[in-house]
Amino acid sequence: MLNISGLNEGIVLDHIQAGKSLDIYHHLGLDKLECQVAIIKNARSNKMGRKDIIKIEGPMENLNLDVLGYIDHNITVNIIQNEKIVEKKKLKLPKKITNVIHCKNPRCIISIEQELPDVFYLADEATQTYRCLYCEEKYGAKRH
Amino acid sequence: MRHLINPLDFSVEEIDQLLDLADDIEHNLPRYAHVCDGKKIATLFYEPSTRTRLSFESAMLSLGGSVLGFSSADSSSAAKGESVADTIRIISCYADICAMRHPKEGAPLVAAMHSGIPVINAGDGGHQHPTQTLTDLMTIRALKGRLSDMTIGLCGDLKFGRTVHSLINAMVRYPGIRFVLISPPELRVPGYIRKDVLQANHIDYKEVSNLDEAMPELDILYMTRIQRERFFNEEEYIRLKDSYILDTAKMNLAREDMFVLHPLPRVNEISVEVDKDPRAAYFRQVQYGVYVRMALIMTLLEVEKPC
Repeated sequence: MLNISGLNEGIVLDHIQAGKSLDIYHHLGLDKLECQVAIIKNARSNKMGRKDIIKIEGPMENLNLDVLGYIDHNITVNIIQNEKIVEKKKLKLPKKITNVIHCKNPRCIISIEQELPDVFYLADEATQTYRCLYCEEKYGAKRH
Repeated sequence: MRHLINPLDFSVEEIDQLLDLADDIEHNLPRYAHVCDGKKIATLFYEPSTRTRLSFESAMLSLGGSVLGFSSADSSSAAKGESVADTIRIISCYADICAMRHPKEGAPLVAAMHSGIPVINAGDGGHQHPTQTLTDLMTIRALKGRLSDMTIGLCGDLKFGRTVHSLINAMVRYPGIRFVLISPPELRVPGYIRKDVLQANHIDYKEVSNLDEAMPELDILYMTRIQRERFFNEEEYIRLKDSYILDTAKMNLAREDMFVLHPLPRVNEISVEVDKDPRAAYFRQVQYGVYVRMALIMTLLEVEKPC
């Protein structure tokens, strides 16, 4: 098995659906960080068969869990200190997401006023439906 | 400070209070002639709608207030590229309340988020038109004496007609409401109305395509225009526009205490011969629209009811 060194301090995003790690890398803005980031694709998983993992070195106080929750609320977020998992964060579908997805309704005000934040709210948790705050257009069953 | 952006912004109790006030205005109009002395309403109409704009202006003038505004985007700073947020910040310095119509969905909400004065959505594209819904509710309540326990027929363009969608959303909050949805198969209500509103609230409804057969069971018939601008295809418009024309023969099938409503303007979906039928209530509906807008302006400005 591929060997990636452990973290002294940082975050491990585990149980990412195989193939989705690069989407998450970009949505979380990890490409803009100076620290070490390891992306592991297609790791073997008893639970999922295959999964992706992202390891981020260093403290990450500003990690946007809402974005992560929207993309896949089944991801496990492990906080590492002194090489040990000190906290496992549970993700939930966020009630509101800002500037993650874009309203495609050509009749929406955001189509002509592009400085407005792209805000979507969770309209139906059961179907994971998000609607545009302005025009209420459904984003559809999610996923990237 | 409150705004009215969506017909469901007000609870059933708040709508009852608003309609009570509108009812009192109707019966004691002179007493309200000065309750808004010194107040100004700005009518910000980014697309033409003479009827709605004049209704707001008539309402404010009847309360003793005054009006200012524009009636097309060409005559506003939008033509210079000003954002809705900036426009409302400016208008907040000029007026005490505003009514906004905008072709883009969500524009009045954006205005409300940046406004220093109450904002009333006077129609945002095909999205919401809450004062039309309030007008419809007031008309039904005034004519039938209740908003519960009745069968409402909705006829015409049920797919694109926002007034229909808003009215369904508003009426499902009252007990004993049943809908008969009368339209060509191509113009049936959208799936989300059927599933998320009617079925989710366990509302008794049926979808039919024959107006004649539906007439005898209705307490209210809400007619709508099949709007040319909603069609991409002229041939399809011409094929469907005359599908459901209400005439005297159809009115003869209806109950004596049934009433016909229409958000207007009509084209030919209600024959002019129906106008003289006492059950034709669409012009009275326009008058109720002024009363309910008067009540709304007073409510949002927190003006006291006169003693």
